[in-house]
Amino acid sequence: MQILFSITLKSAWNRRLTLGLVLVSIALSVMMLVGVERIRQDAREGFSQSISGTDLVIGARTSPVQLMLYSVFRIGEATNNIEWRNFQSIAAHPAVAWAIPLSLGDSHHGFPVLGTSLAYFEHFRYGESQALSLAHGKPFVGLFEVVLGAEVAQQRKYKLGDKLILNHGSSAAAVAEHADKPFTVVGILARTGTPVDRTIHISLEAMEAIHLDWQGGAPLPGFSINPKYVHKFDLRPKHITAGLIGLKSRAAVFKIQRFVNDYKEEPLLAILPGVALDQLWQVVGIIEQTLFAVSALVVLVGLSGLVAVILAGLNERRRELAILRSVGARPHDVFFMLMLESLGLTILGALLGIALLDAITLLGAPLVQAHYGIVMHPTLLTLAELPLLCTVICIGLLVSAVPGYRAYRLSLADGLTPKT
Amino acid sequence: MNIARFSVNAGERVFIYGPSGCGKSTLLGLLSGVLTPQQGKLRLFDTDLTALSGSERDRFRVDHIGLIFQQFNLIPYLSVFDNVLLPCHFSSRRSARAKTSGRTLTNEAERLLSHLSLDSALWQRPVTTLSVGQQQRVAAARALIGQPEIIIADEPTSSLDADRQNDFLNLLLQECKAAQSTLLFVSHDHQLTPHFTREVALAAMNQAVVIREA
Repeated sequence: MQILFSITLKSAWNRRLTLGLVLVSIALSVMMLVGVERIRQDAREGFSQSISGTDLVIGARTSPVQLMLYSVFRIGEATNNIEWRNFQSIAAHPAVAWAIPLSLGDSHHGFPVLGTSLAYFEHFRYGESQALSLAHGKPFVGLFEVVLGAEVAQQRKYKLGDKLILNHGSSAAAVAEHADKPFTVVGILARTGTPVDRTIHISLEAMEAIHLDWQGGAPLPGFSINPKYVHKFDLRPKHITAGLIGLKSRAAVFKIQRFVNDYKEEPLLAILPGVALDQLWQVVGIIEQTLFAVSALVVLVGLSGLVAVILAGLNERRRELAILRSVGARPHDVFFMLMLESLGLTILGALLGIALLDAITLLGAPLVQAHYGIVMHPTLLTLAELPLLCTVICIGLLVSAVPGYRAYRLSLADGLTPKT
Repeated sequence: MNIARFSVNAGERVFIYGPSGCGKSTLLGLLSGVLTPQQGKLRLFDTDLTALSGSERDRFRVDHIGLIFQQFNLIPYLSVFDNVLLPCHFSSRRSARAKTSGRTLTNEAERLLSHLSLDSALWQRPVTTLSVGQQQRVAAARALIGQPEIIIADEPTSSLDADRQNDFLNLLLQECKAAQSTLLFVSHDHQLTPHFTREVALAAMNQAVVIREA
């Protein structure tokens, strides 16, 4: 038995170039398969961890998925705003425990700027009902004060007391700057692994103040208000983008949802975050399944390549197999050797694929989190991936019977004199 | 192929004369137990090969028979030593016999290789860098290790020039004698006949009407 292992190993090493290429193709295909699965899980986990304890999200009438995307995940833009007074009267409903206003639209180096109230720091929950906590400093009190998410502070290397200038508009290349009204960093939030990390928080009043001398998305020419005098203006917000609502009792959730949806003054939409997430998964699920099917096919292509390469090499090895038979190898030893070779390559390829994926995750995780807010966990191998990997190896076992059987037939037919 | 009767005594050195196309491969296949006769019996020592299963015949072959082919005898990716030791890995009998008189397998391989005039400098070289004559001697060492009762050589000298043919043959005969192995030597070259105790013409022995070689 041992000799078969050692011969197989030395024989494979002798053909290391071709087999190495096959190994790489299997590794890459497994990396893709497991990678797709891993991104899917991390994305789902990331999305569902982003919001917790909020009973309703309200916004202008749009699709629930879209409202969820722009209000909670800061993906895409709002189609319409809510009037501030309407938000206030909903917040004043006796069933409502707390309400967080959200005002979006500006950015800073691609990070979204969120205008909100102090209720945000008090009531917002993520993950398993965890509250936000400040790693440094305190929430904003003054007008031109800003609280940064952990990722923003880390990437832009901001610390308490630093000044920063916000850009108008949400694209990373936004050119119009609110240069006349710089902000001071007063607080930096602890890392949450949610879009909060990428958010710059200012007060609703500050949001009004920086847009006082703006109209239609551009500063009014020849008209500028010195930050010193903005206090003289009415800084109460007129519009906000969306709001998060917490209820005194969850039982009232459908009543309040109906109340918001039937609101007379303005067409509004209230959604349950869980329901909207389910809708999102339905949309994303089709893409996920397609991706999964494609990467599964890629694995099959990789394994077919393996079989093809080993079968193609078999003819040149007939002499070798005849010599082995002359020194006592039985045809089923030959079968075993060929099987061992393909199976060994499949297992090695799968492990190499996982290792590559881990390396890439380790290197790429900060980038993915910075750009998409998805936290990638560089785990060696999760339990959920084990069945996937086993399936790949089982298919490898099945297909490796093909060259094994061919070699078995050949060595039976050839005996000691290969008919080449 | 149809052979009425063919027997060899232990220790004989038999020259089987066989030009191509007279059933040489078939005879070798039968003798080494790769093929089985459609009719009749095939006995080696006290064993009826026709009564054994395929893998029993494979086992029997490595236990009792050493084979040398015309050329390309060696496995290219194994060292000289590993090539010589191959039969000992597949046969515990050969391995045990090689280790008699307190030698290790390596000792025995070294002994055979130097008896076959293979310089120790060659032992660690990849077999593909050896000359054809050197390769044939390594193959002879592999056939001889563990003292199998029968050595079957299929035109082992036909890829060598005349001088080296004689050298090789002398070494082979000498080692077969030392190991008390019976030698069956198949060749189409009559000039080699004087080295052997008996000559058999395969064409005369084979009574089958050969229409086409299998």
